[in-house]
Amino acid sequence: MNVRTSLDTLATVESPQVGHAAHHHAHDDGSKTLFGFWVYLMTDCLIFATLFATFGVLVDNVAGGPSGKQLFDLPYVGGETLLLLVSSFTFGLASLAMHAGDRAKVLNWLVITFVLGAGFIGMEVKEFAHLVADGAGPDRSAFLSAYFTLVGTHGLHVTAGLVWLAVMMHQTLHFGLDDVVKRRLACLSLFWHFLDLVWVCVFTVVYLRGAI
Amino acid sequence: MFGKLTLDAVPWHEPIIMGTGVVVALGGLGVLALITYFQLWGYLWKEWITSVDHKRIGVMYFILGIVMLLRGFADALMMRTQQAIASTGSAGFLPPHHYDQVFTAHGVIMIFFVATPFIIGLMNVVMPLQIGARDVAFPFLNSLSFWFSAFGGALVMISMWVGDFAAMGWVAYPPMTELGMSPSTGVDYYLWSLQLSGVGTTLTGVNFIATILRMRAPGMNMMKMPVFVWATLITNILIAAVFPVLTATFAMLAADRYLGMHFFTNEAGGNAMMYINLFWVWGHPEVYILILPLFGVFSEVIPTFSGKPLFGYTSMVYATAAIGVLSFFVYLHHFFTMGSGADVNAFFGIMTTIISIPTGVKLFNWLFTMYRGRVRFHSATLWTVGFMFTFTFGGMTGVLLAVPGADFVLHNSLFLVAHFHNVIIGGVVFGSFAGMNFWFPKVFGFKLNDFWGKVSFWCWLIGYWLAFTPLYILGLKGMTRRLNHFYVPDWQPYLFVALLGALVIGAGILAMLIQFAVSIKDRKKNVDLTGDPWNARSLEWSTASPAPFYNFAIVPHITSLEQHWEDKERGRAWRKETDYEDIHMPRNSGVGFVMGAFGFVLGFALIWHIWWLAAIGLVGMVGAFLSRTYDRDIDYYVPAAEVARIENERHALLAKAV
Repeated sequence: MNVRTSLDTLATVESPQVGHAAHHHAHDDGSKTLFGFWVYLMTDCLIFATLFATFGVLVDNVAGGPSGKQLFDLPYVGGETLLLLVSSFTFGLASLAMHAGDRAKVLNWLVITFVLGAGFIGMEVKEFAHLVADGAGPDRSAFLSAYFTLVGTHGLHVTAGLVWLAVMMHQTLHFGLDDVVKRRLACLSLFWHFLDLVWVCVFTVVYLRGAI
Repeated sequence: MFGKLTLDAVPWHEPIIMGTGVVVALGGLGVLALITYFQLWGYLWKEWITSVDHKRIGVMYFILGIVMLLRGFADALMMRTQQAIASTGSAGFLPPHHYDQVFTAHGVIMIFFVATPFIIGLMNVVMPLQIGARDVAFPFLNSLSFWFSAFGGALVMISMWVGDFAAMGWVAYPPMTELGMSPSTGVDYYLWSLQLSGVGTTLTGVNFIATILRMRAPGMNMMKMPVFVWATLITNILIAAVFPVLTATFAMLAADRYLGMHFFTNEAGGNAMMYINLFWVWGHPEVYILILPLFGVFSEVIPTFSGKPLFGYTSMVYATAAIGVLSFFVYLHHFFTMGSGADVNAFFGIMTTIISIPTGVKLFNWLFTMYRGRVRFHSATLWTVGFMFTFTFGGMTGVLLAVPGADFVLHNSLFLVAHFHNVIIGGVVFGSFAGMNFWFPKVFGFKLNDFWGKVSFWCWLIGYWLAFTPLYILGLKGMTRRLNHFYVPDWQPYLFVALLGALVIGAGILAMLIQFAVSIKDRKKNVDLTGDPWNARSLEWSTASPAPFYNFAIVPHITSLEQHWEDKERGRAWRKETDYEDIHMPRNSGVGFVMGAFGFVLGFALIWHIWWLAAIGLVGMVGAFLSRTYDRDIDYYVPAAEVARIENERHALLAKAV
């Protein structure tokens, strides 16, 4: 569903905008931007790859401190995961509404996506605060440095995504669903689904593997 | 209030630094006064600082590179002088703490703020012209990339007078660079200046990949792209693939220093070797990022000045791609001595030697292109031939170093220093200057003075060999790199010759500055009316010199690998069109500059732990970007009548030339 939605988005933006004044973006800007954004996402993916590799190297270096098995609360993280996965689904619905040209619906789904994403970040911050309070902060061991940095980098991305979502909600209100707003929503949707994918890897590699 | 920043951060008691400061300040004031006197501020802001034109941005990258080259070369002269006089036990004139900063700054500046701006500048100027595009895919992003790089360079420069710079070599290996051993701001200057410029470079990578894959003129399939465009494509794929690794690695080192983490520390399970691995995962592809565009330059210069098509175009393309792939499988040769075991070392040693095969293919292609050609020895040709000779030697010493057993002996010796200067000066620097002499008229409309260009070349060539041959010998004699003072009188004569070589290179740099001055003075005499001063072969020479801001009045249709040459052969070149259309162009924007400036503020504040200022920097950067997303007036149309007027003027000039 997610993948299809983003591919649909890609196709729609690529097709010429019928009936639109030739003055604006006659240059097929949309497809270029989306392609460029894919390339950008791949560079971002490599940042995560580097952090994953480092985590893999340092995961056992607990330096006498707690290991993942002692720290991770799988049902709690499962809840976080659920919030993020559902937010991807609701973003997909927003994309569908965008194709239908239904601005009110787009805004509704974006608000719901925002709330779900904010819930995810809230839970993550709470988890981090809990760990730090227990003396398992990022300065405790190399393992915890790698853990906080990998998960935190994902969290920072989601936070940036939330800011972007807020801006796009305002722009949807302000400009309506014009070409530029649609193009940006398409990029944001790619970004959001990408973060979802990264989280699936984080959940698997960090939490599931750590809890076993 | 000001974090760690106090008035004591300025090294008042260091006469060399303060003296330089006075000179730079006076020079800077002089430039500012001249700009004010000639009332150029408006012009600079409107035509350059806010420009999103790829040609202007390319020129600004080149200016950045040349300015930083002067700084980096001053560092080199100081090091050569220090070692020449401090090899018999005397302390020399640079105390260790200062000397360590000088060699670190030299490396950082030459790689990140000289070589990188040179190649990105060349790619900016040439690549869109060669593919028949009117600009890059994301012109605003291009401007942003440049300003991130320029303000990153400014951070490095300011470290000279406010605080200190890193003092552990340009690779910044931990645990030396951790807080325990480097408590001052030096490493932080290193990290944040390179983060800022690194983000700029990554964005360039994204931008150029999209440009080449999405904006080629109709008819130009991949195998009709000039070799320079191929080299640019592969280079930018490498940039997009490895600069994020550097960003993440530096972020982790910063986390160690700022948040007390333990990625690369000696304590609490940190692993310093992880940094070294990650650094070179970026670092080895980086050397190909630097050299591949110049391989592209040589592939344009040689056919033009030999009057023949490039020999072995297809093999050139595959060789470039092969080097791009192989570059990921050799990085461990930078630390054979880590002790990964014989098998691992053997693998990386063999991969390293294999990479010389596609490089050799290229070299023979260039030679066969010249073979039986009517070679014109323009200065661009000289730089190219000088490259072939010098670079090949450097490649061979590289193959020698690729043998792990030999590397255990030569690791960290001056032999290594000589090797990488051999390939970087002989390849990147020579290539950049070949490209500069070659494409200068396309940007400015007049040719560079060839005599002073040749003087510059001979000084650089002779100076290079004088400066670095002794270092090869000293390396074999066992002299390690980065020595401040030592007692080995036997080494002194070699170090004197090396100093002499550095001075000859200095004469080469001076000759280049004279070349600029003379060329500007004689610009009327050397004007290029045809747009094709060298009787060249690819698309960029079919448009006017200087190329109009829209590059091509009519988007060309590509039928041949050497489109312009073929058009000339068939008498189709420079045909006057009558039917022009409106041209869609991006508007200039000051947001890139503003974001770069806020990035500078952010970096400076992080270095000195001034958290409120860091917040201002970050908010300013994001705010400036957001303001742009609300700006709907970012492009415009050049009316067909205006295009016709510009083109008619150009054809009048053409008629005068023929």
